[in-house]
Amino acid sequence: MDLRFTDEEAAFRDEVRRFVRAELPPSIRDKIAAGRHPSKDDIVRWTRILAARGWSVPHWPAEWGGTGWSPIKLLIFNDELQRANAPESLAFGTSMVGPVIYTFGSQAQKERFLPRIVDLRDWWCQGFSEPGAGSDLAGLRTTAKRDGDAWVIEGQKTWTTLAQHADWIFVLARTDASVKKQEGISFFLVDMKSPGVTVRPIQTIDGGHEVNEVFFDSVRAPLENLVGQENKGWDYAKFLLGNERNGIARVGISKARIARIRQLASLATYGGQPKLADPLFRMKLAAVEVELKALEMTQMRVIAGGQGEKGKPNPASSVLKIKGSELQQATTELLMDVVGPYALPYEAERDDGERWNEPPIGPDWAATIAPTYFNARKVSIYGGSNEIQRSIIAKAILGL
Amino acid sequence: MDFDLNEEQRLLADNVARLMKDRYGFENRKTYQATTHGFSEELWRRYAELGLLGLPFSEEDGGFGGGAVETMLVMEAFGRALALEPYLATVVLAGGVIRRAARQELRAELAPQIAAGDLRLAFAHSERQSGWDLFDVTASARKDGGGYVLNGEKGLVLHGDSADKLVVSARIAGGQRERTGLGLFLVDAAAPGVARRGYPTQDGQRAAEITLTNVRVEPEAVIGDPENAAPVIERVVDEAIAALCAEAVGAMSEAQAMTVDYLKTRKQFGVPIGSFQALQHRAADMVVALEQARSMMMFATMMAGEHDAAARGKAISAAKAQIGRSAKFIGQQATQLHGGIAMTYEYKLGHLFKRMTMIDMAFGDTEAHLRRLSEADSLFAA
Repeated sequence: MDLRFTDEEAAFRDEVRRFVRAELPPSIRDKIAAGRHPSKDDIVRWTRILAARGWSVPHWPAEWGGTGWSPIKLLIFNDELQRANAPESLAFGTSMVGPVIYTFGSQAQKERFLPRIVDLRDWWCQGFSEPGAGSDLAGLRTTAKRDGDAWVIEGQKTWTTLAQHADWIFVLARTDASVKKQEGISFFLVDMKSPGVTVRPIQTIDGGHEVNEVFFDSVRAPLENLVGQENKGWDYAKFLLGNERNGIARVGISKARIARIRQLASLATYGGQPKLADPLFRMKLAAVEVELKALEMTQMRVIAGGQGEKGKPNPASSVLKIKGSELQQATTELLMDVVGPYALPYEAERDDGERWNEPPIGPDWAATIAPTYFNARKVSIYGGSNEIQRSIIAKAILGL
Repeated sequence: MDFDLNEEQRLLADNVARLMKDRYGFENRKTYQATTHGFSEELWRRYAELGLLGLPFSEEDGGFGGGAVETMLVMEAFGRALALEPYLATVVLAGGVIRRAARQELRAELAPQIAAGDLRLAFAHSERQSGWDLFDVTASARKDGGGYVLNGEKGLVLHGDSADKLVVSARIAGGQRERTGLGLFLVDAAAPGVARRGYPTQDGQRAAEITLTNVRVEPEAVIGDPENAAPVIERVVDEAIAALCAEAVGAMSEAQAMTVDYLKTRKQFGVPIGSFQALQHRAADMVVALEQARSMMMFATMMAGEHDAAARGKAISAAKAQIGRSAKFIGQQATQLHGGIAMTYEYKLGHLFKRMTMIDMAFGDTEAHLRRLSEADSLFAA
């Protein structure tokens, strides 16, 4: 047992750190550090910088652009990028549909779609949740019926993140209503430019526009856009959600936020002393850091311990999801402690960035904090709510 | 980065686990606890035969050269079984002082006796007023010829009632809470002027209040630098905390396993109570708490040998705080999920809960360690 990085791992970490320091555009870095959302252009630009280095889909098989790194190296890589306030990879392509396509897709699908994910020529979004199918995802009602040379898709998806930018959407739709609900679902790739696709924005409590409703009104998708076998979509969806949870601890992001909390708490002065000198605040900060340190180790243990049963989510990833989401939320609560009364002003336009040219109300770092706090409530809801994760642990780990 | 045990470590863990399984059922434990010293002399011999008592001593001193990982493995197994023997007191605490600070001749004299199971020690350090302040020492050591004369009172000395010898801290110079001016002395428990009042502790172990009245120590019994024992005390206490973290994780694992077992077998309303979601989710949160604790046990084990005292102290405090939080959560949840049976003295679960609780009270509770961390720089400082 030796929990230190090997010389090779440490050298790799330093290499990644140097790369990010040199290549991440400061304007993007500062925007993310300040708690603002990267634009589509920011994400595309950064993905292409990574792609030029061969690092945009490091976890993929080498033949499709992966690096062959060990799980620990992948973790180091993600952690370094997150800590450095790099935009996150667009997971809908790189961690969701990409792995589904290279694992279950046809050769033609692989050749057509995978290279365009590597350098983000195709922006993907996820058509899973529906108004009546949240935690009970298998209860979805969107249908796909075969009609000549196409599947005809009818229904509605919701909570579709960044669909306003998307070129493609992967969709779970019911292809057989006569069987058990999990056994009649198929997995489709749909062009967002298809006639009958409508995207309608949902404004979230922070005032932002991340998620959307997507409507399918007799949308025709060519037959070859079915992934794998008809009615096996639920298996692919479970595979995909397992991948989603593996990245969901977001330890690096919480570390970056801790660094920002400490920085802002040394600037924010109350009662004549910086917030960072307040013993009660420092106790709360220490408590969060302890849990985060523990989660960092837990994540390493899960990853070093292998991925569990092939093709199935490792139930230990549910532990990472629960604790990781709780800590992301805890860090946003600490930010609220730091900002204090100047959490109050609502400056929606600041999130649009460049057009804002009036002086900020209050400290120039304050405006994003309350929105960040409100927005972070989503992390214990999405990706399988924390209650769903607890049920997974109870069944898959404890056998209850 | 490597989380696996090597072949020897696996063998050690298997051996200890097998011994505990064979000889440390909860009914066995009750009989051990009922003896004068409150533990099993026979198992102490078995530990010696298995090489556990000499484990962390160097080979040249007559030990086996084990490190923090080996101690972790032993303590975790002891935690599951709620072992009563004075392993922490003899091998980790007082033995740690001997290992870290005693002259070579003294080490060579004592280590083989400890390893053989012929010598039990206790660490007589804390005092009634000291709380968890490691340097709040009023017991005094007055120079007298070549040796010293000790006076004062020591409290909560783990297994101090049955120890053959005591490692005593006393102040040679400086004010009550000063870091400098402390010395460590080896004192025969039967020496004139040593009075011991032994008692059972909440968690079924034993401790003693010890009064020292004009106790003479010869120059050979001074351990290390007579006026600067603080770094040794800190180091040994950090190692003891790492060991206690492992014991706590063992106890938490056992409490968790018993609880899951109970949820599967106990029926109410015609079904196993583990089929109820309200109970499943509590049990799932216990898994999260246990994994977090296990991670920090490993972190503490890795950092226990760190020479940089500040870095080591931060890591140890982080681990102790996490283990304290997890142990409280798991202990309380396990009790609630068991219901009435957990409230009975005859059932093991309550004793696990009590041991976990008392581990939190040893060498600084969760809050004390969070306070220590809050006064330092970030755990993630580059």
